Amino acid sequence: MSEQIKVTIDNITVAVAPGTTILQAARQIGGEVTPPAMCYYSKLEGSGGKCRTCLVEVSKGSEKDPRPMPKLVASCRTPVSDGMEVKNITSPKVLDARAGIVEMLLINHPLDCPVCDQAGECHLQDLSYEHGASGTRYEFDRRTFEKEDIGPYIQLHMNRCILCYRCVYTADQLTGKREHGVLDRGDHAAISTCIGKALDNDFIGNVIDVCPVGALTDKTFRFKNRVWFTKPVDAHRDCPTCSGKTRLWMRGDEVYRVTARKDKWGEVEEWICNTCRFDKKQASDWTIEGPSKIDRHSVIAQGHYEGVLKPQNFLPEVIGRNPKLLMNIHDVSGVNKNDIELSKLNGPAHSSDFDKK
Amino acid sequence: MGIQLLLEKSKVENIRLYDVYRREGGYRSVEKALKMSPDDIVEEVKKSGLRGRGGAGFPTGMKWSFLAKPEGVPRHLVCNADESEPGTFKDRYLMEFLPHLLIEGLIVSSYALGSNATYIYIRGEYAWIPDILEQAIAEAKANGWLGKNILGTGFDCEIYVQRGAGAYICGEETALIESLEGKRGNPRIKPPFPAIQGLWMRPTVVNNVETLAAVVPIINMGGDEYAKIGVGKSTGTKLLSVCGNVNKPGVYEIDMTISVEEFIYSDAYCGGIPNGKKLKACIPGGSSVPILPANLLLKTAKGETRMMNYESLADGGFATGSMMGSGGFIVLDESQCIVRHTMSLARFYNHESCGQCSPCREGTGWMYKILKNIEYGHGKMSDIDLLWDVQRKIEGNTICPLGDAAAWPVAAAIRHFRDEFEWHINNPVEAQTRNYGLAHYADPIHVPTV
Repeated sequence: MSEQIKVTIDNITVAVAPGTTILQAARQIGGEVTPPAMCYYSKLEGSGGKCRTCLVEVSKGSEKDPRPMPKLVASCRTPVSDGMEVKNITSPKVLDARAGIVEMLLINHPLDCPVCDQAGECHLQDLSYEHGASGTRYEFDRRTFEKEDIGPYIQLHMNRCILCYRCVYTADQLTGKREHGVLDRGDHAAISTCIGKALDNDFIGNVIDVCPVGALTDKTFRFKNRVWFTKPVDAHRDCPTCSGKTRLWMRGDEVYRVTARKDKWGEVEEWICNTCRFDKKQASDWTIEGPSKIDRHSVIAQGHYEGVLKPQNFLPEVIGRNPKLLMNIHDVSGVNKNDIELSKLNGPAHSSDFDKK
Repeated sequence: MGIQLLLEKSKVENIRLYDVYRREGGYRSVEKALKMSPDDIVEEVKKSGLRGRGGAGFPTGMKWSFLAKPEGVPRHLVCNADESEPGTFKDRYLMEFLPHLLIEGLIVSSYALGSNATYIYIRGEYAWIPDILEQAIAEAKANGWLGKNILGTGFDCEIYVQRGAGAYICGEETALIESLEGKRGNPRIKPPFPAIQGLWMRPTVVNNVETLAAVVPIINMGGDEYAKIGVGKSTGTKLLSVCGNVNKPGVYEIDMTISVEEFIYSDAYCGGIPNGKKLKACIPGGSSVPILPANLLLKTAKGETRMMNYESLADGGFATGSMMGSGGFIVLDESQCIVRHTMSLARFYNHESCGQCSPCREGTGWMYKILKNIEYGHGKMSDIDLLWDVQRKIEGNTICPLGDAAAWPVAAAIRHFRDEFEWHINNPVEAQTRNYGLAHYADPIHVPTV
């Protein structure tokens, strides 16, 4: 880090390296200041700028040129300059535009979350929960496509797609040859392989992980379980093709699904190969490291919050003594006595306390 | 008729052929320009005050001076002939009848910008024009105006014609570059601008056909002389393609000093509205600019006469003004239905949206469906406000100006013709059989009986 430039986002100043985008600077601050990103993926070159959910207002261009930018800009693709002042959640204009964009992303989305495998870890769900309205003003038929099997492991639900192009970039940059892209244009544009050609590349499974919605789903996991019922654990195996560092989604001893490990922005840390993802579905295939740390922003964090205090840690402080919670009361009728006031009992209630009278 | 700089020779027989064009004084500007230094040419164009004729009206000289010139990296000039805006057909006229004028302008501009490989990206629907251009290029090459070492100056230049495949969006400069590179015509996210990283990541200038053709008279007569034509910042002449309810539709060259009223009613230009009907509304600059009702078209909100130039047409902003745009002058008389007209524009933008960014992809379709409902008698009063809100959410939030272009006509139609929308909604059955008519968008002009 040679030179650092200062950028102020929502009145919080942060020093970043030159060439950083506004979104990356905001991620360094973290929290609510970070604009949501549906199409931007820091690991994919050329991604971003398409979904427009990360629009922010630049109220001061830079120290040298303090003019504000005339339009809202896509923070994922706009580099910061020294002294730039950005408004995200402090700008009503941004919030209004973002609400509009969420609405537009949803007008052609089938909202089939109850039967969608992505539900629970879907970025569009989170986005619409945080920024969207509860109802829609769209009264027309939604555009529909046929479901399509692209390759032996992946199914494409074009209805759910928000055309973020992430999978296109992934397939482009991760695998040797360009195998799928976007056909047609406008609201009937569709992700497609080259006229039904199967995606059978070794690393193509990663398109499932980068998909922010449930458009690309893992056929080995489809309709097997809801993601919030499965527990994520970090595991690794000695894989000849990839790093082998994965996340298993288990219920009991059963491995339901294998995905790459994702950071708190929902981005894959290391790409994994198809063998790890689709074929190794036995707990014995893996060396389990321990429960995954899941950021608390989504329903998949349900039941395994990080940093939550357990009762035995704070109760003594509150009640002034160690709790004695062992009780040997076996029958409700035994304690259902009006003349004994429970609050008067010293310490835990035992069945003998009730027998005394 | 005023001064004619571009179309002066268009009526000469066989002007399309090199020999005739040369005899009429063609390629003089190349002879003159190649004796000047490239920077001097850019300076001349700057002095001329020429503004981009493709729609945005950005000063061409300034655009040229932004071109990055890193050592050892080739630069490119691209001629944007992807003229797909409904109502605009001026470039087609120019290319079809005066192909050598464009080639001449391209050679001079290529020299000024240091482009050794220059491209003409032409709309796919203009199926016959590439042949005309290619023939003109071949003739120019045979006579030593193109190829290696032009006129012994050591400057090499080749011009290639590339056909588009039928997409309005490829008229947007970065989408055009993508398409020219052989990719899907999605607009790029700016920055970087084409002047820094354009075609094949090299510095590129993209200019409209008419802009590049206008370089020829600028070099011939000098930038200062050119700047004397016209008024204020609207210098030189502008081609306008007129269509709709006028007696004489076609391509006209104006020197931007006449009034809109004169342009529509004078016999030298449009020749008035046919069948004794009255003017209802007009789109002065191609389908994407705001439509204006007759009373605001002829007089500005301040009561001044509206002139045919960049400033006057934009007077009053979008509230009471419009834009010069690309020069597609669409005239609507009292028998036209604004709702139907807006619907057909919305359908166009819905069809032509590239689908890359969400507001435009989803919003254009939504607007079209709402307008379709209103037009076919299924509208609700709340639809008008909804439509307004949808266009507001699209405008300015998209990657490229197509979102704005889709939003502006709808916004302007609601702004100026809201009562017509309301009438359509309140009288769904009647609206199927007759038009709303002129109402209070009164044409303040006495119409001479033809």
